[in-house]
Amino acid sequence: MTLEEKVIKLVVEQLDVTKEQCVLEASFIDDLGADSLDIVELLMEMEEAFGVEIADEELEKIVTIKDVIDFLKQKGIN
Amino acid sequence: MKRRVVVTGLGALTPLGNSVHQSWESAVTGKSGIGPITKFDSHSYKSQIAGEIKNFDPTQFVNKQEIRRYDDFILYALAASEMAVADAKLTISPEFSERAGVIIGSAIGGLSTLEEEFGNLFSDNPRKISPFSVPAILANLASGHVSIRFGAKGPINCAVTACAAGTSAIGDAYKAIAYGDADVMITGGTEAAITQLAVGGFGAMRALSVRNDDPQRASRPFDKDRDGFVIGEGCGIIILEELSLALDRGARIYAELAGYGCTSDAFHMAAPPPGHEGAARSMKIAIKDAGLNPEDIDYINAHGTSTPLNDLYETQAINFLFGEHAKKLMVSSTKSMTGHMLGATGGVEAIFAIKALQEGIIPPTINLDNPGEGCNLDYVPKVAKSKEINTAMSNTFGFGGVNAVLLFKKFNEPS
Repeated sequence: MTLEEKVIKLVVEQLDVTKEQCVLEASFIDDLGADSLDIVELLMEMEEAFGVEIADEELEKIVTIKDVIDFLKQKGIN
Repeated sequence: MKRRVVVTGLGALTPLGNSVHQSWESAVTGKSGIGPITKFDSHSYKSQIAGEIKNFDPTQFVNKQEIRRYDDFILYALAASEMAVADAKLTISPEFSERAGVIIGSAIGGLSTLEEEFGNLFSDNPRKISPFSVPAILANLASGHVSIRFGAKGPINCAVTACAAGTSAIGDAYKAIAYGDADVMITGGTEAAITQLAVGGFGAMRALSVRNDDPQRASRPFDKDRDGFVIGEGCGIIILEELSLALDRGARIYAELAGYGCTSDAFHMAAPPPGHEGAARSMKIAIKDAGLNPEDIDYINAHGTSTPLNDLYETQAINFLFGEHAKKLMVSSTKSMTGHMLGATGGVEAIFAIKALQEGIIPPTINLDNPGEGCNLDYVPKVAKSKEINTAMSNTFGFGGVNAVLLFKKFNEPS
């Protein structure tokens, strides 16, 4: 499974959305119906799944699915 | 002037069934909903039995995300409220939303979530605490989620009066309509606290039955061999409506909620006083509130927990208040079948009282083989009784000395 597929799988589970909705540009709040608590929970799942820590300042920059993938890549995860 | 308040919808999840219909059918046939605890490994606990909800499928009522995030006491409240609102054929339109409110009681709130998050805290670190933990624990979030679901923007509250919480909630909802703050209220009680802390804690108080080898016979209110209550869980929700609104929309009216009484013992944090004067007084206040006399009461759905103290003192209170009439009225404890659902009890037992009025069937007190010393009333032992009745009261008492009583009567058209 590619990194993108792994991330999308988690988003689908956490936010109860379809795979088709999870295009890279999809905004968690505007397109996927998430609120700020949903995003915190989602990123906690990402931390668990990929063994990374996401600082609060970084969290604020994450708006779309692509932002998550870019962040993980930056941390050296593929 | 006080406005008249009627019941137009019922919804329930109980250890006896996942609807009002199933729960009532089981109750009038004298079935027990008690079994070994399956929610956690209870082998090192003194009491290992409970009245658990069985085969509940929340996906009928909520989505997967909600199931993951909400504590069971909230899921039960959403499910039972959906059933009650559908049963009442009630639509809360945006224009009407400010006249509709929600008061759902719970003794404890999200105890299993609290215990789970403490587990995370002790075994891991604070970063693992879910952002959804606090709103899953707060007891008023059952009311909160139900108000969101139905767009009810009127009065909202949550009674947390321990085992009287469901009754306190319904009593306050009744007053909100009677005194004009709302026209419709979604109200009742919900509880999902068959957890290690609750079973361990009530066990340490010696409040729970330890008849672990015979679960279905463990809850035996008023019997001489009663040895404590059996913990249960569930939810009972009723729809209350101002009378003229219910009549205008042609709603089916189950009963009139005619009186509510609430008093405090001011005595002990957990035990009732001998004679239970506060209980007698709350019944008296409910009867007076309804404009009735003690002789008008036909049936009492008792608090009847199956603890040595409650059952004797509740009997004494009934004898004291009703005098000679105490021998004529029927008193039964449906906790003999459901166990004690803590804050949900008031909601569920209000429904049993309403069904008894509607159907002319008094649900029994099962497992009552030999009445205990001083237990000298007609407890409708073992088998339900068919009898037309005009009034039914529901007694519930809670830790902290709370005594709350509802009085339902058959609905008669205003002349």
